[in-house]
Parts: sequence; C-alpha cells; structure tokens
Amino acid sequence: MLLNRLKAGGPAIAKQGILVAFILFMIVFSLMSDRFLTADNIMSVFRQSAIIGVMAVGVTIVVIGGNLDLSVGSMLSFATVLVVDLHDKIGPELAIPIMVLATLCLGAINGFLIGILRLNSLIVTLGMLSAIQGLVLIYSGGQNVDIVDQRGTWFAIFGRGSVLGIAAPILIFGLMAIIFHVIMSTMPFGRKVYAVGGNPTASVFSGIPRSRVVFTTYLISALCVAVAAIILGSRVMGSQNNVGQGYELQVLAAVILGGTSLLGGAGSILKTVLGVLMLAFIQNGLILMGQPYYTQWLVTWVVIIVAVWLDVAAKRGRLFSPIA
Amino acid sequence: MSNLTDITPLRWLMRNPIWGFVLLVFIFFSLMSEHFFDYRNFQNILVQTSTIGLIALGMTLVMINGNIDLSVGATLALAAAFAVDVQSWAMFATWGNWQILPAVSLALLVGILMGAINGFIVWKTGVDAFIVTLGAMLGIRGLVFVYTGESSFYAMNFAYSDFSALSVGPFPVLALIFLACTLIVHLVLSRTVHGRNTYAVGGNREAAVNAGIRVGPHMMVNFMIIGFLAALSGVLLSTQMGAATPNLGRDYELWVITAVVLGGTKLTGGKGDIIGTLGGVLAIGILRNGMNLMQVPAFYVYVILGSILIAVLFLDKRFNRTANGGLRL
Repeated sequence: MLLNRLKAGGPAIAKQGILVAFILFMIVFSLMSDRFLTADNIMSVFRQSAIIGVMAVGVTIVVIGGNLDLSVGSMLSFATVLVVDLHDKIGPELAIPIMVLATLCLGAINGFLIGILRLNSLIVTLGMLSAIQGLVLIYSGGQNVDIVDQRGTWFAIFGRGSVLGIAAPILIFGLMAIIFHVIMSTMPFGRKVYAVGGNPTASVFSGIPRSRVVFTTYLISALCVAVAAIILGSRVMGSQNNVGQGYELQVLAAVILGGTSLLGGAGSILKTVLGVLMLAFIQNGLILMGQPYYTQWLVTWVVIIVAVWLDVAAKRGRLFSPIA
Repeated sequence: MSNLTDITPLRWLMRNPIWGFVLLVFIFFSLMSEHFFDYRNFQNILVQTSTIGLIALGMTLVMINGNIDLSVGATLALAAAFAVDVQSWAMFATWGNWQILPAVSLALLVGILMGAINGFIVWKTGVDAFIVTLGAMLGIRGLVFVYTGESSFYAMNFAYSDFSALSVGPFPVLALIFLACTLIVHLVLSRTVHGRNTYAVGGNREAAVNAGIRVGPHMMVNFMIIGFLAALSGVLLSTQMGAATPNLGRDYELWVITAVVLGGTKLTGGKGDIIGTLGGVLAIGILRNGMNLMQVPAFYVYVILGSILIAVLFLDKRFNRTANGGLRL
C-alpha cells in the first residue's frame, strides 16, 4: 500500500522523504506545544545543533566518499581540551591555529591509513577513537580544563557572541554548510568525491586520484571537528576530557537520517543539515511536551530505522526485504 | 614423527597469530611484573575478561554472518537494570533468595527480546545491521535511562552481590560461566548445522539462499544469541558491582569489536572462529591487567589498543591480499 503510494507519488516525493518527515514533525510539535514555534525556541534549537551540525558536514563528505569516520567524537574531545588548555597558556590567537593544525594531523593519519594504505575505515577510525581518547587523557592527566578569565577574552565570541541578533554558532554552522555544499555540488573536487564513493574502480579508471580524494575527505572532517571544538570551547569556556564521547554516533545518526547512503556515492550536505535539525527539533519538542530527556533517543531509534527503511524500500521497489 | 609434532603447533600459531601475541604479552608481563605470574591474578584476568568475552562470543557469530551489533552495551545496561530492580518488586518480597530467579530470568529474556527486535528488523526491512543496531544503541540506552529514571539501582539481596565472589574449587564462578559459554558457542559454530549456516550466510548470502537456508530467521537467531549473551554479561557485571548504573557498558561495543577483529574475524563475513576470539579477548584482558600491575596509567591502554587494532588490520592486509574486501554496508 504504502509503497504503491510511494511509487504513485513519484520518485520526487520519495526522494524528499526527509523533508516530508521534517515538516510532519514540525506540525505535530507545534500543535502539541504552543512554545515550540516561537522565534526564541527555534533560534535556541539552531544554536544547540550547531556543534553536531558542523561535525556532520565533515562526516557527510567522508561518507559520500564511501568511508566512515567514528573518530570524530574523540577528536572533538582532543581539540576542545587542547584549545581550552592552550588558551590560558599562550593566548587564543596562538591556541586556535595550533589546535587546528594538531587536529588536521589526526585527520591526516586517518586519511593516510584509509586513503593511501586502503585499510577498512570502520576499524581504523574505531582504533583512532580509542587512541585519541587515550591521547586526550594523557595530555590532560585526566584533569578537566577551563579558562580562568571568561569575561575578558575575545575567544568568547565564537560560542557566545552574536551578529545582528543571530548567535555566532548558527552563523558558523550555516557558513560551513553553505561553503561545503557549494564545493560538493559545483566544484570538481565534489564530483570526484561522489565518483570515488559511487564506484571506486571506475573512478580510478577515469583518472581520479582516489587515494588523494579520500585523504582530503578526512582532512575536511578533521577541519570541521576543529571548528566545532572552537564553538564548544568558547561556549563552555572549559572542557571535560571526554566531552565528545558518543558524538560520533549522534553525528552519524544525523547523516544517515539525511539520506546519505553508507555505501557512498550519494547524499547531500543540505539534507544532512535537515537531519541534524530534525534530531534537534525532536529533542526540543519532546522536552517541551514534558517528556523525560532520554525519550528523544527512543524516538530517534524509530525515526532512523523508518527513514532508512523507506529509502531502501523505494530503491528496491518492495517494502519488505526479499530474503527469506 | 618428531618433525610433525614440532611443526604442528607452529602452523597452528601461523593460522592464529593472535595466540602468538597472547603468548608474547603473557611472557612479557611475567618477566616485567612480579605480581603478574600468580594464580590469583590469572583468576582476576579471567573474571575481568568474562564481561567483554561473553559478548564477543555472540559478536563473532553476528560478524561471521556479515552483520554487526552496536547495541550490545545498551542491552547489557538494560539487562543489569532489570536484574537488580526486579528483585525488589513487591510481588517477590516474600520469596527470599528465590527473588533472584525471576529477576535474572526476566533480564535474560529482555536481552533475547532486544536481539530479536534487531534481528527481525534486519530480516524484514533489509536495512543494514550497522544502521539498525546504531539506532538500537541509542534507543535501548534511552530505554535504560527512562526505565531507571537516570539513577542507579542497588542490590539489596546479599546473595546476589556475593555471587560473583563464589568459586567452585579453585575456579571463580564467573570465569567458569565464561569458559562454559565459550565451549558451547565453539561447538555450536564448529559442529552444528546452525554453525555451518553461519559461515555460509556470511560467505555468500546469495548462494546460501539458493542452498535453501532461511537467511532471515537464521540471522535473527544469531542476534538473539548475542542479545542473550550481552544480557548474561550485564547480569554478571551487576553481581560484581552489586548495582546497576544507567551508564553501564558504555563503549563496550567498541572493546568487543576490537577483541573480535583481533581474533581474526572478518568484517566482511564468512571468516572467523571462537578460538581466535578467545585469543583476542585474552590479549586485551592481559594487556589491561599487566599494564595496570606495572602501574602504567590507564590512559596508555587506549592508545596501545587503538594502535594494535590498526596494526593488526595493516598486517592482515599485507599477508592476506586476496582476502581483502571493503566493509559490507
């Protein structure tokens, strides 16, 4: 039934499933709570989703290239602890570039192992998740770090500042999303990432430097983590040494919800943004409805599986899997 | 004749390099730490590894099938919460020590149910197990938090929290349970039709379907097995702690997958065995225990484990070029 309707409704609507679901959720939540659809609330949801959103931009590109990145959570802990710790030692103007460089180095290690040596990305980034978490703990000695002078530093603008009434994290998130969306959809590099993810062998025969493209996707992912760390560090003005724990999965959930195929070769940054916002609005809406905080995870469970299921079903033309 | 006996163990080691590694770290720590080579410490290692080890047994089956289960840590926490909480339900108040029985049974059933849900979704929707169990990992963890009200449960019955300290002769009960499960799963995998089918489904799903194997229910059974083992592991862990915290078992899926991959099981499916997994589990256990005894800060264990995992992957790729394949997603 549903599938017939999916087919009859044309692929156009099936392809926009996430958008439809997003609008449905928004309507339901605005009916259930009168505080949901207010400018204040929407702004605060945007602001809260900025950190996961920025990371999701990078991970989307990695996934489109046909790989996974589970190390972004640990990497966020690493980058945030580093930038917050260095802030008081050498000042923000040096701390930020050093942190970005260090994070890019971690991305380069990922890229080298997966792009150049062609190792399995799931296992490599799983190993890196563990290794980087260890590095953070060694670096911080297990201590949490924080910035002493929270009022007098210009570092605060990234997390707490605003331009024309729009909070800085939202602007940074929007900027990152637009830049990388343009790169992925109009520039040669973007085309190459889709090609490598879609069919690695064919891409090599077409003269695309597969290793270099994959390497670059991991650099971009690391860069996004570094930007997220600046927002997080600036907003909290301190950092626990496991602050990013579990982020990798929430990020991945948002990316999957956005319809990016884990097989690679398909997906879009803007849809990932929708996925991120949808998760954030679910969280926000459930809290406004007075549900316990963790109910959102239950809803996320259902939403992810239904979203991917409909996507898979539309592609194979049958609702249920043909395997006996 | 003597030639043969010389070569066979060597060949066996070549095929199971992880046991060579286990031997190596075992000798290393025996020499480096005076407290390591001690019977009581061996008991410790076995008890410590039993938690991750039990889940790793199930993960081996699921990964040979070509699937993966990321939700085991959450299932463990849910089962532990049930096992501790149900004991204090009013209807069992007069049961004395027997109140443990319905509690543990219910916990194990919940584990099987969670596995069944995962397996059923994988079977019916055809969505990849990675995504299904990633969702379940969040969802079941959410269930744990909602069920426990974000607080810990404490076991009031001392018979429950003393269970972990019991031993049969010289063997701690927890270690015995782990070893018994290892033996059973090993026999299932190597001697039964279900075990054969596990390899067949992972090796070539298409062919397995054509050979008349009901692939969907088969995979569901394996998910139920891992759900059961994760729940069992949660129950045993809660007896050790005398409590169940909602954050129990966080990141365990990563440790378990590390152990299984170290043991030589392929993510692409069709390859692997319990002997290797046992080696992988012991390698991690001995490393953690030995480094602890040498007073290396726990932080370094993460770095070393991560590096070993990547190194194993690299060596595996060098030596088994033909077996190379991407992640099946």
